[in-house]
Amino acid sequence: MTFPYTKEVLEHFRNPQNVGKMEDPDGKGLEGSPACGDMVAVYLKVDPDTLVIEDISFESYGCASNIATASMITEMAKGKTLEEAKTITWKEAAHALGGLPPVKAHCSVLAVEGLRSAIRDYEEKHGMVVEKEATTVEIVSKRLKHVMNPMAGLDIIRTELVLKVMVEEGTVRIVLDIPSTHQFAAAIKEDIVDKLESLWDVESVTVDYIS
Amino acid sequence: MFNETTYLDNAASTRLDEAVLEAMKPYFFDAYAVATSEFGYSMGIDAKEGLERSRKVIASRLGAQAGEIVFTSGSTESSNMAIKGVLSALKGKKDDHLIVSRLEDFPVLNTAKKLDKQGYKVDFINVDGEGILDLDMFSDAITSQTALVSIQQANQEIGTLQDLKAISDICQDKDVLLHTDATHSFTRIPLDVSKLPVDLVTLSAHTIHGPRGIGALYIREGTPIDKWMDGGFQESDRRAGVENIPAAVGFSKAVELVTPEENERLAAMRDRVIERAMADIPHVTLNGSATSRLPQNANMTFHYVEGESITLHLDMLGFAVSTGSACFSRSLEASHVILGIGGDHERAHGSLRFSFGRFNTIEDSDAIIDALKDVVTNLRAISPLTEDN
Repeated sequence: MTFPYTKEVLEHFRNPQNVGKMEDPDGKGLEGSPACGDMVAVYLKVDPDTLVIEDISFESYGCASNIATASMITEMAKGKTLEEAKTITWKEAAHALGGLPPVKAHCSVLAVEGLRSAIRDYEEKHGMVVEKEATTVEIVSKRLKHVMNPMAGLDIIRTELVLKVMVEEGTVRIVLDIPSTHQFAAAIKEDIVDKLESLWDVESVTVDYIS
Repeated sequence: MFNETTYLDNAASTRLDEAVLEAMKPYFFDAYAVATSEFGYSMGIDAKEGLERSRKVIASRLGAQAGEIVFTSGSTESSNMAIKGVLSALKGKKDDHLIVSRLEDFPVLNTAKKLDKQGYKVDFINVDGEGILDLDMFSDAITSQTALVSIQQANQEIGTLQDLKAISDICQDKDVLLHTDATHSFTRIPLDVSKLPVDLVTLSAHTIHGPRGIGALYIREGTPIDKWMDGGFQESDRRAGVENIPAAVGFSKAVELVTPEENERLAAMRDRVIERAMADIPHVTLNGSATSRLPQNANMTFHYVEGESITLHLDMLGFAVSTGSACFSRSLEASHVILGIGGDHERAHGSLRFSFGRFNTIEDSDAIIDALKDVVTNLRAISPLTEDN
């Protein structure tokens, strides 16, 4: 039998490590969206003194690459400090898995994003984010890279779905290159709002369409 | 190494029937010459006879005259030829307006999209939640300048059958040419062009245990159509290129082997897989119509899990099926069919297509649901999605 993945990927896919929802996690990250494709949740238990990740688990609504990468990355992060875990890259995870098909990169990147967003969540909850940076067009655009374009399976920045980003006194306005009647208009909007409203100085997010 | 696979992806391609191979062999080893005219040498005349006999078999299954069948390299070529050939022939006479449905398979859909980009006017007609064409929208879209309508007889993914009688009546009424892609329905669902006013029909051998690389286009006598590949004068100067006679003979044998009893057998497998899935697995949605459906096709969404993960697990357990999930496709695009029937990305994400063929048994329906039950349960156990969110 010939499978499209390495034996490491298949092993992690068949027997994923650290799966399941965690009760009372110290940090939690959710990346992706059911409206648009794969989704991954990462949960952390962190030692407050040493900032070591004592326990970690994930849930995945995704393809084999997504599940295997989430399994691998949680294995890699366990026992590391938050600072160390932050530096784990998708490339390292892919390498540990013996390689991933290039076309599957975005599904597995999601797992890394899930870990980073769980760490960020912990840091925000525990007052570790000291310097509050004012939201800029760049920061908004960076966050929008985590919103999927369901027509393409890639993010809305890369697929040039975002025509305009405007940031002004706590108001963010996004213009999308689709009509409001588009079948995914509502789902994409919901995802955008979800990604931006947590920014500390953003009071409102509006999403407009070309027509 | 493939012997253990339970193959339920017959809509993609089928296992060749041994009888088809036997019928083809003489045209590889004995009458391997090109088809010559009746004044040629005898091996070429024999080859020509094989070709023409095959043409008759296929024509008669369709209620057509032999001269109305042109052999091609398959569905993709047939549909390209039908659409581009007719539009070319009508250029300047009708205003290059084309109508297709949103659920067409890629040969028609992508031909239409390309023509749209090139400046032709193309209308994509909506379907309802079961995939059935909106006849009012369709009828209203036709103008005096419409050159051609292309609506499939049956859908490749969800198996929905169109009311070809109603569609062809509307076309006849409004004096518009009609092409239908019958790749998945030919021999499985009746189609008689002597009764229905359909002008062009795409056919293929690969879906009915015939060889790949052979198809045909039915062209009603008198239909304006230009040759779209330049070359020799084969196929009554309608399709250039050396005829693939062994494959044409194989195609006709494959057509002869499909019986009404076989279609009933396939329908029983289809019904069993749907019944068992609905009974044994929670949160399952049937995609397509419960009543107006190809006998060999079942398509269901298993919510809260992703299709490629399901198919990979099933593959490791020895089952071959396909999914409309973006993760499974080469283009990373979710099924336009599931989205076209109003499904969201989530519905496409967890959709599986089961397509049956001659070498399947009703036990295969039971076996795959038995396997699927565990696969879906295990994947749901690690999914962050549930019915509550």
